[in-house]
Amino acid sequence: MSKELLKGNYAVIKGALLAGCVAYFGYPITPASEIAEAAAYYFPPAGRTFVQAESEIASINMVYGAAGAGVRCMTASSGPGISLKQEGVSYIAGAELPCVIVDIMRGGPGLGNIAPEQGDYHQVVKGGGHGNYKCVVYAPNSAQEMCDLTYKAFDTADKYRNPVYVLADGFIGQMMEQVDFSHLKPIEPKKLEWGVHGTPDSKNLINSIYLDPDVLEAHNRKLQEKYKKIEENEAIFENYKVDDADLILIGYGITSRILRSVVDEARNSGLKVGLFRPKTLWPLAKDEINRLVGSAKKFLVVEMSNGQLVDDIRLIVEGKIPVEFYGRMGGNVPTVDEVLEITKKLS
Amino acid sequence: MDRGKMVVNSDECKGCGLCISQCPVGCIEFDNETINKQGYHPAKYTGSGCTACGICFNVCPEPGAITVYKLVKA
Amino acid sequence: MYEPILEKPKSFFDIYKEKSGDQTITHYCPGCGHGIVHKYVASALDELNLTDKAIFVSPVGCSVFGYYYFNTGNYQAAHGRAPAVATGTKRVNPDSIVISYQGDGDLAAIGTAEIIHAANRGELMTVIFINNAIYGMTGGQMAPTTLVGQKTTTSPRGRNPYNEGYPVKMCELISQLNAPIYVERVALNNAANRAKAKRAIKKALKLQAERKGFTFVEVLSQCPTGWKVDPPDSLKWIEEKMIPYYPVKVFKDISNEAEPYPEPKKIVSGNELLEILGIKSEEEKDLKKYEIPKEYRNPKIKIAGFGGQGVLLLGVALAQVGMMEGYNVTWIPSYGPEMRGGTANCSVNISDGLIGSPVVEKPTILVAMNKPSMEKFEKDMVPGGILFYNTAMIDEEPKRDDITKVPVPATKIASDLGNIRVGNMVMLGAIIEKTKLLPFETVKKGFEYFISRKNLIPLNEKAVEAGMRYVRENNL
Repeated sequence: MSKELLKGNYAVIKGALLAGCVAYFGYPITPASEIAEAAAYYFPPAGRTFVQAESEIASINMVYGAAGAGVRCMTASSGPGISLKQEGVSYIAGAELPCVIVDIMRGGPGLGNIAPEQGDYHQVVKGGGHGNYKCVVYAPNSAQEMCDLTYKAFDTADKYRNPVYVLADGFIGQMMEQVDFSHLKPIEPKKLEWGVHGTPDSKNLINSIYLDPDVLEAHNRKLQEKYKKIEENEAIFENYKVDDADLILIGYGITSRILRSVVDEARNSGLKVGLFRPKTLWPLAKDEINRLVGSAKKFLVVEMSNGQLVDDIRLIVEGKIPVEFYGRMGGNVPTVDEVLEITKKLS
Repeated sequence: MDRGKMVVNSDECKGCGLCISQCPVGCIEFDNETINKQGYHPAKYTGSGCTACGICFNVCPEPGAITVYKLVKA
Repeated sequence: MYEPILEKPKSFFDIYKEKSGDQTITHYCPGCGHGIVHKYVASALDELNLTDKAIFVSPVGCSVFGYYYFNTGNYQAAHGRAPAVATGTKRVNPDSIVISYQGDGDLAAIGTAEIIHAANRGELMTVIFINNAIYGMTGGQMAPTTLVGQKTTTSPRGRNPYNEGYPVKMCELISQLNAPIYVERVALNNAANRAKAKRAIKKALKLQAERKGFTFVEVLSQCPTGWKVDPPDSLKWIEEKMIPYYPVKVFKDISNEAEPYPEPKKIVSGNELLEILGIKSEEEKDLKKYEIPKEYRNPKIKIAGFGGQGVLLLGVALAQVGMMEGYNVTWIPSYGPEMRGGTANCSVNISDGLIGSPVVEKPTILVAMNKPSMEKFEKDMVPGGILFYNTAMIDEEPKRDDITKVPVPATKIASDLGNIRVGNMVMLGAIIEKTKLLPFETVKKGFEYFISRKNLIPLNEKAVEAGMRYVRENNL
């Protein structure tokens, strides 16, 4: 059987190992702990490094150390832990190192709770730490995509020498689904040539300090050029029944699964409703969103947050059509019925 | 002939005086005639008395400011 | 003739190309101890022939630009995080020689956790700790190692232990841990102590090269600028102020007894990795073996009960067997606020097509293992749905009359089988017998995936059979 019934959190680790990830540094936190547990289980027998760090801060700096060696490495956490990691992520972005960071979102702010939420959008998509940087953000909505997008995240990270997030909510992490591995070939781990390997021909420098304002500005301009390239090339998305839709629902992660059911039920009631689901939150598929602005009359963005993705959608739409918002917080997952009711009102 | 000699690369010397204060035989002094490119009076060997003990080298914070030589039979 | 015996170590760059301004001299103030310790590190690398393997991690502090000077692999780390960065690079470069070089603010204040835990893990690295009792780079503020009464810009009336506590003694702390093999404090105040300092640094690096363990050298070092004294007087300051509080000695040395660390395991990939991951490359069968009866197709299943009743496992079993039959499945546990009300529950979907929302809001099949579960979820069922309820634990009849009701004394049957915990499998048997949702043969094949204790598989199989038999014999 090439399929396995797996939690999203476990699928992340299998995807990572298939992608040639050689080091995992992490700290336990609900609802992301199974990622560390799976890493602890699978990494050492595969001759790879697993270290449970003393803190989230230490773990992201261990990632900085391993990423600086030009190897594939990763960490994972949930919102409070991601907050702590942000300094390190900024350094990694500044030093242009590739790595993968998985965030299994929980309810906030503060200690909040361990239920699923999508309130980390701003801290992950907007950079989060100090300085002018961006991270690519994948938003899986199934256990299969937890595996596939983690696998892809390592390629993207290497391609641009940039940190890449896999941003999921507690539901996607905790849910079990069939995962098929047959399309993922194991990638042979290697050390990229710009890294520090402790050899005579790898006396490279990993840093993010540029004292001279002109030099730092030039570095920043180079980063912005890179981000522009990423924006042009890396946005991915999924449409569902949008072609004739008057109202297009927009959501990512678990919300997009609920919205898909809403679309089906709305269509059963004769409403022309579709779904646009960004699979990358940065970059967002601007061109596609603009195309949909041309065909739809209205957008409804649904999030398990106070409305964070909706800000970016509104920036793209520029008021050309109404962009409505519906959100739940605190770990409450919107039901199909409640969204369907709003959908009917807006149609 | 002295057992050793020390040579100061005067452009790399920051004139901190550590070598002068630590030299056990007092064979290093400030070169008050010279102002180096950093604006310091560098240290210099007085020209005699060096035993090649290496103390000046090991107290000098500049990697290349002091070289210590030892007399070897030709 | 004269031959040079002490000259600029080869482990330094000839020209400091990363540096702005004069590229032949360091950025350090006149008389600074950092340059001296840099020289000892570089000399040791030269003498041990380790330069080409060395990786130098520069901290935040005056030595932030350590990478200007060392002709090695170089990292510049965030404030306090050098030991974590060093851990990361050493773990993936096990043959390298890693030097984590830190000042007192970096190591003993903001990075306390990182140094203690790198030491405690026994990372194969060498930590050089410059203790000069002050924050030099930021302009003379109080350090964790600032002495009692010492005036700094943030302790202008002198460090007051009632407000700032006492200076931290790092060697004393580190040497209490099991893993470190060599911990020594040295000082730069006189020629004898400098010779010891040089030897200590070389010894620490040599032990790392021998894969012996974590090594830590603290250097009491002068900061003439921060202390506002002339460089020659700064050496006296070390002697008179620092050494009485920070004894200069070997705190721990078990390097002779320490066994070298085992060589790290080789990285495994390809088919061997697939095996470790349990990924089998068998061809997927494209024909569905089993057709679910029309009335039960695409079931939305809710299973609920007390925590110990195995409701989550029953859900996993249904999902696993459904997947083995070629269906798309989802399983999601009660999680977060759903756990309110004293019931554990899970949602299972088994579907021909893509599954949208995995959350079962309106079950077509409800399994209620206890009374609160039935009370909570019966009302949500779709008309025409089917309710399996555990009559051993539920003494009430379901209220709905638009659903099919299947009473099964699952807990009682399990108890009769000798293990009250297999009530969930009794219920599984009842479900597949009543609905023909999934074939028993595949359930049997599925056990190895969802029963982790293999010796319990026969009992679970008996329980499933008992549930099936109960439904058959009672014409439910």
